[in-house]
Amino acid sequence: MLGPKLARALLRRSPAEPAPPVPENVVQALAERLEAAAQRRLGRSLAIRQVNAGSCNGCELEVGALADPIHDLERFGLRFVASPRHADVLLVTGPLSRNMREALERAWACTPDPKWIVAAGDCAVDGGVFRGSYAVEGGITQALPVDLVIPGCPPTPMQLLEGLLALLEAQQQPAALRRR
Amino acid sequence: MSLADCRPWPRHLLDPARWAALAADESLALLSLWAEPGLVHAAFLAEAEGSLLLASCPAPEGRYPALSPVRPGAVPFERMIRDLWGLTAEGAADLRPWLDHGRWGVIGPLSGRPEQSMLPPPQPEFLAVEGEGLHQIPLGPIHGGATEPAHFRLHVQGERVARLEARLGYAHRGVIGLMLGKSPRSAARFAARIAGDSTVAHAWAFAMAAEAATELTPPPRALVLRAVMAELERIHNHLKAWGAICAAAGFAWPHSRCAVLREGVLRACATAFRHRLMMDLVVPGGVSGDIAPAGPAAILAALEAVAAEIPELAGVCEAHAGLQDRIAGTGVVSAELAARFAAGGPVGRASGRGFDARRLPGHAPYDGLDPVVPVLAQGDVGARLRIRISELRESIRLVPALLARLPEGELRLSLPPRAGEGVGMVEGFRGECLHWMALDDGGLIRAAFPRDPSWLQYPVLEAAMQGGAVADFPLCEASFGCSPAGVDL
Repeated sequence: MLGPKLARALLRRSPAEPAPPVPENVVQALAERLEAAAQRRLGRSLAIRQVNAGSCNGCELEVGALADPIHDLERFGLRFVASPRHADVLLVTGPLSRNMREALERAWACTPDPKWIVAAGDCAVDGGVFRGSYAVEGGITQALPVDLVIPGCPPTPMQLLEGLLALLEAQQQPAALRRR
Repeated sequence: MSLADCRPWPRHLLDPARWAALAADESLALLSLWAEPGLVHAAFLAEAEGSLLLASCPAPEGRYPALSPVRPGAVPFERMIRDLWGLTAEGAADLRPWLDHGRWGVIGPLSGRPEQSMLPPPQPEFLAVEGEGLHQIPLGPIHGGATEPAHFRLHVQGERVARLEARLGYAHRGVIGLMLGKSPRSAARFAARIAGDSTVAHAWAFAMAAEAATELTPPPRALVLRAVMAELERIHNHLKAWGAICAAAGFAWPHSRCAVLREGVLRACATAFRHRLMMDLVVPGGVSGDIAPAGPAAILAALEAVAAEIPELAGVCEAHAGLQDRIAGTGVVSAELAARFAAGGPVGRASGRGFDARRLPGHAPYDGLDPVVPVLAQGDVGARLRIRISELRESIRLVPALLARLPEGELRLSLPPRAGEGVGMVEGFRGECLHWMALDDGGLIRAAFPRDPSWLQYPVLEAAMQGGAVADFPLCEASFGCSPAGVDL
């Protein structure tokens, strides 16, 4: 019987863990970029569209883990959306394979302003181990303006969460502080 | 006919007539087809003995006899060989580009003399379907959710799928090109990133090929640690697939519980091996690091938590009418189909093909552990789920047994820098990972080919969807769990 099990699951304490601390220097750097990139405040919420630009799928495993009950992304106002048209952030992984470049550019073109690009994983930063291959561009910056990089091979869910929370914090800073 | 000194199985150099005759031998299953400049190689499996048969055929003037007319599983390989090495299969069933989307700036990047190309990328062509009221649904390469890039073209008649066709290559990173000219030790990081979820299995098969080529036996402690990691990889991936199948059927609770259990396993892996996915731990010659002192206890505790919850989770899944209604009889793969494409892993085992590289041909340290390999006959999504749950239970039994027999001793030996050729086959969670490599006199990689099990499963997925409902596609895909990155290279 599923009923009693569900009832017990409802009464159980949530497995969600506390959020990781967000480094102040990252927030400050992002705040400055946000000032230049966007005037409009989004409120404390970000819709994220994940785009795989040729990763080995290691990053996807960890990005996918963000949505599990332990990391529970949604309690921070962060959520994954299925279309770039609903997104504020493109979370891009992979070394940007030449075969994915056009698809990524199209996804970016139909993401409404204001919008940000987060390059997650060593490959997305500069091509990682695949840098120099005939088949990759060597990092997301080769095609699009990256706002935040989250290194790691792959970055752990906690590192990803830390980076995404930094984006949220940066939005929260008042304009005067951001201009500093 | 002559023999090349490939270990542990020799490679036969055949003329075109014998090559074609071998392909027609029905007692052999085609596992892989690849090339190097001027030469095409094939790996067949003698299913009864579990031994490999390697064969090569020269490709003078860039042409060799196609295997696809008698071996439908050869189709994607022949397309790939043309894209990467510029060798054309004469009489092939299908010669459309596969990995090459016309965007690399070069033609035949591994052919030894790649040509520059400035042509605009061509429009992809899909196989035609004829009939009344047909329309097409294009899916991808970007999908909803954190998934891999692949394009699926569904030809649909009402709610029924008339034909599914996968178009891959979006994650082509040039893995083989990067491996060439490097030592196996420094190329291991590419093998570890062919498919991140199978990083241990691929790195192990790659190391096994390098060790066979140089006739090196890795230390016993390294072998047992490799097996511990491979079983942990199977556990965390099967938990993920279990959750994904339930989620695709709209049943969130098991998805959520599996994710919690899986996270526990990944954290134990991080404690024991300093990396959640255990990447770059398996290297040619042994392992790059030891298990942490706190590792065994952390692993056993995480596995105990999984084992304690499996009966309840499995019971709910078996008894839940809504879930069973979606997974029973959906995406059926007949035994004949699985055998024709030599589909491995849970896909094959749910359709009566019991091949498991841990048993046959078998390799250290699994001898004496006698891993139980579940086989079912139904071939539907439900059977693939049940196979995964059984394998999960078996791996939970194997890990403590492996840890209990962990010998003391060295972790790694260095490979002698010498010429050689070798093959390695390791059973990953998706099926057998098959690596071949040839080393030059300096011990650097002259040619290599890593074959992910997904190569043989995509054609089966396409066939399983034929006549099915469009809404069953995500469910069917989750139950197969193929990796585009593994095929894209």
